[in-house]
Amino acid sequence: MSNAFETKNLVKHYKTVKALDGVSLAAEEGKVFGLLGPNGAGKTTIVRVLSTLLTPTSGSAFVHDIDVTKHPEEVRKLIGLAGQFAAVDEYQTGYENVYMTGLLYGLNRAEAKRRTNRLLERLDLAEAANRQVSTYSGGMRRRLDLGASLVGEPRILFLDEPTTGLDPKSRQGIWVIISELIKEGTSILLTTQYLEEADELADRIVVVNEGKVIAEGTSNQLKARLGGDVVEFQLDKLADKDKALKAVEQFSKQPATFDEESLVIRVPVHDGSKHLMEIVKALNGAKLSVNSLSLHRPSLDDVFLSLTGAKAKNVEAANKKARRR
Amino acid sequence: MSIAHELRDTWIITKRNLKRYVRLPRLMFFSSVQPIMFLLLFNYVFGGALGSTAHAPGGKYIDYLLPGILVQMVMFGGVQTGIGLAEDMSKGIVDRFRSLPMSRLAVIAGRTLSDAIRNISVILIMVAVGYMIGFRFHNGFFGAVGMVALATLFGFAFSWIFAYIGISVKDSETAQLASFVFIFPLTFASAAFVAVQTMPTWLQAFVRNQPITFLANAARQLSLGINESGAVWKILIWSLAILIVFIPLSLRQYKRQAE
Repeated sequence: MSNAFETKNLVKHYKTVKALDGVSLAAEEGKVFGLLGPNGAGKTTIVRVLSTLLTPTSGSAFVHDIDVTKHPEEVRKLIGLAGQFAAVDEYQTGYENVYMTGLLYGLNRAEAKRRTNRLLERLDLAEAANRQVSTYSGGMRRRLDLGASLVGEPRILFLDEPTTGLDPKSRQGIWVIISELIKEGTSILLTTQYLEEADELADRIVVVNEGKVIAEGTSNQLKARLGGDVVEFQLDKLADKDKALKAVEQFSKQPATFDEESLVIRVPVHDGSKHLMEIVKALNGAKLSVNSLSLHRPSLDDVFLSLTGAKAKNVEAANKKARRR
Repeated sequence: MSIAHELRDTWIITKRNLKRYVRLPRLMFFSSVQPIMFLLLFNYVFGGALGSTAHAPGGKYIDYLLPGILVQMVMFGGVQTGIGLAEDMSKGIVDRFRSLPMSRLAVIAGRTLSDAIRNISVILIMVAVGYMIGFRFHNGFFGAVGMVALATLFGFAFSWIFAYIGISVKDSETAQLASFVFIFPLTFASAAFVAVQTMPTWLQAFVRNQPITFLANAARQLSLGINESGAVWKILIWSLAILIVFIPLSLRQYKRQAE
């Protein structure tokens, strides 16, 4: 099976900035490839190269094995692009924007009309279809932009920060649509600054920072790299406290913590899935009864912080700011 | 990419741009108000002083003035081409266009073509206003149609220069400033408003040989029937030359944005 897209040692230099400094990626067909990183990490540059908007300084990029710099016109037939700034015309109606894009993909009028109506229905824009986009909210514009990128029924969809700056409800709306596309088998490249977004949607995540790949794997693999799993359980009665703490002592280097109010013990462990069973056995062996028992893995936020260090803190701040907006 | 495909995409973009003029009526309004204002100001404020030097066959300055104002209108109208393209370039919409399997030329040609169509409608409005204040064609129906066609053609060709500027500067304010800096002197130092003989000799040498003078002369020849030897041909050649140079230049600049 061919890759949905692939980059080999991609480098993009501007006069003073190295936007990309040797990025190699490969994404399986029919999967969601998450590109995670702070502002200026090079995410958008990668998308622009793959969508034929930008010529790399060196290295190569392929979409379904087609070289994007040698045969851009072939690549354009396969791709859809939706960016962080909705690329729609204010003075055209929602319907006209998508229909026009359909015609420009080379569809005949009947087909463009059919797909436009179906997409607007699906994106919950059918009622607003004949209104000018200038009357649309931010979330509606973003959905319309997504609609325009889908009208060519692309084999691979590039979503460059599709939810940046949206309120939580609109963001949820975009996530639902993306999830549906995933089920239909569209390959997706999703860039995001939102760690939870990559966690929620992406099969495979690559973390980039300052034009370089600094980590990659599934969401679980990335979390496992931190080694910061926590097994958490709730005691039946306060009297069991010392016995329980003693029983789990052997599994963790750091001391387990106990919360008097909730009777919850938290045990930091290296490999959660392995130690979970052992802890259950140890508690059974000590004849302790517990109520709830669960395994917590660190969030991607934690992963990101540990990978990029101080810089990521700025991202956190930026993320919070963007969410407040 | 086949020619049919290029033409189809160009027409799609042309319609898109025309919608903007229809949906934002103030744009169309101000596109026509400015030249009408110039027409009235020149006729009533300067007409008394200028009329004596620039005679039309019937002796009326308005007959001399209207073709000149039309020339000025198609020149200044071209500035809008640059502004419109610069606006598109600065917004996400051009990224969308460039990621589509569509004609590269269509984005620019669709803009110059829609502005040419707008020019025709503004010209017709101005001729109507001109008629109300005394302007008359003196060279028959075909002369009148010829004048409108020639002014539109040259305006279309010239707007490719503004298109090139608009794509290069990528921001609408700079596009406007950069365009007016050269179009203003070029239009006024021409035969558009006053007879060339009234200017200083050193200036006459320039004015007599620049294309906007040719266009003004050609427009008067067609509308008034006075003999301006070869002016129409000169404009056809100039239009062709500008198109040959600036279509590829604009296209190259549009494609170069990828670097």
